[in-house]
Amino acid sequence: MQVSYNWLKEYVDIDLTADELAEVMTRAGVAVEHVIPTNKGVSGVVAALVLDKTPVPDTHLNLCHVTTDGENNIQVVCGAANVDAGQKIPFAMVGAELPGGLKIKKAKLRGVESNGMICSSKELGIDPEQIPPEQKEGILVLPEDTVLGTPITEIMGLDDYILELDLTPNRSDCLSVLNIAQEIGVLLGKEVRLPQPEFTADNDDVNQLMTVEIAAPELCHRYAGKMIRGVKIQPSPFWLQHRLQCAGMRPINNIVDVTNYVMMEYGQPLHAFDYHELADHKINVRKAAADEEIVTLDSQKRTLTDEMLLICDGARAVAVAGVMGGENTEVTNQTTDVFIESAYFNATSVRRTSTKLGLRSEASIRFEKGINLDTVLTAAERAAQLMQLTGGGVVVGGAIDNYPTKHEPVTITLQLAKVNNLLGTDITDARIKEILESLNFHILQDNGTAITVEVPGYRPDCSIPEDLIEEVARVYGYDAIPQTLPYGASSRGSLTAAQKIRDNLIQSLAGMGLHEVMNYSFINKNNDEKLNYPEGDIRRNSIPIMNPLSEEQGHMRTSIVPGLLNTVLFNHNRRNEDVAIFELGKIFLLEGELTPQTLANEKWTLGIALKGKTTQTWSHSGIAYDFYYLKGIVEELLADLKIADISFVPCKDNSIYHPGRAAYLYLNGQQAGVFGEIHPAIADNYGLEDRVYVAELDVDTIIAVGTGAIQLKPLPKFPASTRDMAVVVSEAVAAADLEKAIWAAGSELLDDVKIFDVYQGGQIASGSKSIAFALTFQADRTLTVEEVNVEYDKIFGALAQQFNATMRM
Amino acid sequence: MRDELKKIKEAAIQALEEAKSIDYLNEQKVRFLGKKGELTTILKGMGKLSAEERPVIGQLANEVRDEINQVLDRKLAEMKAAVQEAKLASETLDVTLPGRALNHGTKHPITMVIEEAKQIFMGLGFEVAEGPEIESDYYNFEALNLPKDHPARDMQDTFYINPEIVLRTQTSGVQVHTMEAKEGALPIKVICPGKVYRKDDDATHSPMFHQIEGLLVDKNIRMSDLNGLLLSFCQEMFGKDTRIRLRPSYFPFTEPSVEVDISCCMCHGEGCRMCSNTGWLEILGAGMVHPNVLRAGGYDPEQVSGFAFGLGVERIAMLKYGINDLRLMYENDLRFLRQF
Repeated sequence: MQVSYNWLKEYVDIDLTADELAEVMTRAGVAVEHVIPTNKGVSGVVAALVLDKTPVPDTHLNLCHVTTDGENNIQVVCGAANVDAGQKIPFAMVGAELPGGLKIKKAKLRGVESNGMICSSKELGIDPEQIPPEQKEGILVLPEDTVLGTPITEIMGLDDYILELDLTPNRSDCLSVLNIAQEIGVLLGKEVRLPQPEFTADNDDVNQLMTVEIAAPELCHRYAGKMIRGVKIQPSPFWLQHRLQCAGMRPINNIVDVTNYVMMEYGQPLHAFDYHELADHKINVRKAAADEEIVTLDSQKRTLTDEMLLICDGARAVAVAGVMGGENTEVTNQTTDVFIESAYFNATSVRRTSTKLGLRSEASIRFEKGINLDTVLTAAERAAQLMQLTGGGVVVGGAIDNYPTKHEPVTITLQLAKVNNLLGTDITDARIKEILESLNFHILQDNGTAITVEVPGYRPDCSIPEDLIEEVARVYGYDAIPQTLPYGASSRGSLTAAQKIRDNLIQSLAGMGLHEVMNYSFINKNNDEKLNYPEGDIRRNSIPIMNPLSEEQGHMRTSIVPGLLNTVLFNHNRRNEDVAIFELGKIFLLEGELTPQTLANEKWTLGIALKGKTTQTWSHSGIAYDFYYLKGIVEELLADLKIADISFVPCKDNSIYHPGRAAYLYLNGQQAGVFGEIHPAIADNYGLEDRVYVAELDVDTIIAVGTGAIQLKPLPKFPASTRDMAVVVSEAVAAADLEKAIWAAGSELLDDVKIFDVYQGGQIASGSKSIAFALTFQADRTLTVEEVNVEYDKIFGALAQQFNATMRM
Repeated sequence: MRDELKKIKEAAIQALEEAKSIDYLNEQKVRFLGKKGELTTILKGMGKLSAEERPVIGQLANEVRDEINQVLDRKLAEMKAAVQEAKLASETLDVTLPGRALNHGTKHPITMVIEEAKQIFMGLGFEVAEGPEIESDYYNFEALNLPKDHPARDMQDTFYINPEIVLRTQTSGVQVHTMEAKEGALPIKVICPGKVYRKDDDATHSPMFHQIEGLLVDKNIRMSDLNGLLLSFCQEMFGKDTRIRLRPSYFPFTEPSVEVDISCCMCHGEGCRMCSNTGWLEILGAGMVHPNVLRAGGYDPEQVSGFAFGLGVERIAMLKYGINDLRLMYENDLRFLRQF
C-alpha cells in the first residue's frame, strides 16, 4: 500500500513531517518502509503565461516573453518546438533550482539574453508515467485555468511524500486511506474528519431502473448500487490523478479513476458498469458453471470453475466477482449512464478464484482479506459524489442495498486484569478503556473488572481478548513494556545423548582438520544415474517436491554423497585442490507411503570427503589422503565416542565405491556406514579426475550403540615385554583375521598387538605378504624370558596352523 | 719444601690459566693433583720433616691444593660456558619462518551460531527439541492457527510434497510437537534449531535456511519476560552493551506479536550503512503464544501462558561475522570456510 502524505492530511491534522509520521506509525505496528518525496529537487519554478514568440534567426530557438504576475514581462529563450503564445507553462526564474542541482542563472544564448527557463516535465523530474503521452515531448503545458505565479510544486503535487507501507496480513484495514487516517488520529490524539458524501440527486429511484438478485448469498453478503446519468467521460482533475499515482495506480478516465479513488479511500473495491450495456438492466450474482468463459477487462479469455462467483446481467457474465470486470460492459468514452457496484464478496472465495485464475488485482487483494461490511453503501455514495464532481450528470435517487444476512457485529469481553497479567505492565483501567474507545472499539458493557466491546467493521482481525490486549499494547507503546525474567519452577538446560554425540562428531572432525560444509537437502534426480544406483535401491526412491524451484532441486536427497562430490568439484574448479570436508545432515528415505501420520525416515548422516593431501609447508610435504587416512579418521571418531566393538568388512557391492578399496563399518554387529575410494567411473560422472575418498556414516546407528563409559585400567607396576613377530602369509589373508587369531591364541599375558610393518616384494615369494606384529606381554610381576617364549611359540603355532604362516627371516 | 710447594703452585696456576681446552685442563689436574702428580710426589717426603714442621707444611700443602682446585674449577666453568655458548650460537633458527602446518578444521558458521545459541539458552534452563523437516501441513500450519486459505500463508512460499505434506517453512511446528510430548507438564522451555525451506532464491533469500525456535510455557508468563529474556540472549550473542527494542508485528501463532530489533552491532546505534542509518537491526520475530496454539498442544490458555520466538540463524551469522552475501553459506568454498 502506498499513500500520499498530503491526502492523509485532508482527514487529520498532522503536525509531524512525513519521516516523523513514518516512525510513529512503524512503532505502532503499521510499518512505513519508505518515505519518498515527490519533489526531486525543484524550487523557484512557477506558472507563467507565454505572451509572444519570435524565432531567433538561423537557430531552432525562440525568443519569448513571459509573465508570472500579468504585469512584468521577462525575456527568455526557449528551444522547445511546442512553445506558443497564450500557453501557461512552468517557468524557472533566475535563482531557481532543478533536479540534479541545476541552478538557473541569467545567460546569453546565441547572443540573446535569457532570464530563466521554460521547463519540460523531464526537467522537473516528474515521473514519465504521470505524464500523458502528448506532453512527454517538449515543454509541459499547464491547464488554462492555472493561476499565474503558483509554484509548480503545488500544481504538480511535488510538495508531497509517498508513504510506502509494509502491512502485516492482519492490518488489511490499512488498505484504506481513511483507516490509516483514523490510526494516525489515535496515535497523534487528533480528530479525524470523515468525508460526507453529498450530491444532487433526481427524484427517480434506482430500484426502478435496476434489479439486483443474489443467487449465492453465502458468497455475496451484501450488494449495493448507485447510478449516475448524463456524466461526461474525461480525464480526472489533476489532484485526483496525483493521489492515484501516489497510490501506484494509473489514471484512466474520471469514472474509472473515481472507482479506484474510493477503493483507496474506503478500502471498498467498486465497479462501474455502462448502464446501457447491462442486458435487462439486471444484475444476478451467481456461481459460474464449470468451464463457463468470460473475457475480462485485460482482453483475456478466462475459463471458470463452478466454485467461482460471477456477476451476470440478464444475458451473460459481466464480471468475475471481486477479481476483474468483463470487457462487455466496460465504461467507454461514449458512456453517459453509469451503474456503480459496491459489494462484499466472501474472502476465501475471492482468494481461491484469484489464485486459480492467476489474477491478483487491487480489488481482489482487498476482498480476500475481508472488507468492511458497514461501509459498502457509503462507498457507492461517495463514488456517485465524486463522479458528479468530475463528470457532471445527475445522481439517480435512492440506492440499491441488497443485504440478505445482516452482519452481526463482533463483540469481545475482556477481563481488564488480563491486560497487565499478559503484558507485565502497569496500565490503568481508565487508560485501557480510553485506548480501545479511541480505536473505535466501543464499550457496550463495563462491570468494573471486565468490559465488553464492539469490534469496528474494518477490524476483522480482532476476535479474542488477546487481540484487544495487543491493540492496547501497541498504542500504549511497546517501549514501555518492562524487561523482566520469568519466575516460577526452575528448569535444567540440557542436551539429549543423541544431540551430544552429534555435536561431538562435528567437534572431533573439525579437530582432525576437516572443514564442515552445508549442502541443500534437495538434489537433482539425475544423481541416481550418476551414482549408478542399482534398480530397486531405496536411494532411487527419493521424495519429489511438487513445486520445486528447478529440476536441479527437484527431490529430497537420499544420500549425502552427491553434495560432497559437487562440493569437491566446486573447490577443485576454484583451485582449492586439497579438500578435507564433512557434512552432518539428514537424508530422507521413503519406507512405505508418505502420509501425515507416516512421514519420511529422516536419517542423520555424516559424510566425509577427502582429495589431495594435507597442507604442505617449506619444512614438511603434505601427507597424501588415501584409504587408510580416511579409515584413520573413522577409527578416531569412534575411539572418541569410546565405542569398542568395531569391525570392518570389505565392501565390493556398492556402486559408488572402488570394489577393492572400500569397507563397511560394523558396530556391535550392526552395519553403521561405508567408506572408501570413489569408483573411477562415478568420479568421472562428477567431472573429478583425482582420487576422492568418501565416508557415509549412519549417525542414528552410532547413537544407538551409544558412547561407552570411561573405565580406567590401572597402570602396570612391572615392566612389559615386547616381541616382534613377522610372518609371511598368502596375500589373500586379511590382517584382521591374523590379529583375531593372535588374540585367540594368546593367554591373559598378551596385552597388546600392533601391526608395524607390511611388506610385499622381491624379498618374499610372489603372491605372499609379510606382516610384522609387535606383541606386548604384561603381568603383575616381571615375566621371565621362558614365560614369554612359551606364549610366543604358542601364538606363532596358531598362525602357522591356521594360515600356513611362516616366520620371516 | 716450602719453596717446592710454592713452585708447584705457581707452575700449576700458570698452566691452568693458559689452558685452551677442557681436555688440557683435565691433563693438568692429573699432572699436579693426581695420585702420581707433582704435589702428591712432594708430600711423600713429609715423613722426613720434624714433628713441628709437619703440620705447618701439611697445612701449606692443603692450601696449595685448594688454590689449584679453585683455579681449576673456575677455568672449567668458564670453558664449559664458552663451549655451550658456541653450541647455542651454532643452533640459531630463523624463528620468523612459519611453523609446521597442523591441519586444523573449522565448523560451519551456521553451526557456530547454533552452538552458541544452544549454550546461551541451556544456561537459561532451556532444552533442545527437534522435529521433522518433511512435515505435515497440520503441524507446520494448521496447529499454528494457520488454517488453509489463511491469507498469512502468503507470507511464506511453501514447498509441497503433496497437499498434506510440506517441507517445513518454519521451526515453529516443533511448538505443538513439544507441547504434545510434554503432556501437560510445566514448565516447557525448549529451543529448536534446524533447517527450514521456502520457495525463494535470490541475493537475500535461500530456499533452505536455518531458524532457532524458542518456546516457554508456564503459569503467569508475561510479555515483559519475553522482553527480558531476549535482552539477555542478545547481550550474550552480540555484546553486553546491546539494547533491544520491540515493534508490533503479526504472526498467526502469537498474539500480541513483536518484531525485535537490536542496536546495530557495527555502529552501536549511531547509524551506519549496515543498519540503513536507523541504528537498529531487525533480528527476530516473537510473541505471546496464541490461545489456539496452546489448545492445539493440549494446554489451557486460561491456566497457562507462554511466549515463542524465532531467530534467523543466517542473519545472525552474517551480522556476527560480517558475511555480506548469503549465498556464500551454501557454496562451501574452502576459502570461505577456512576463515571460521
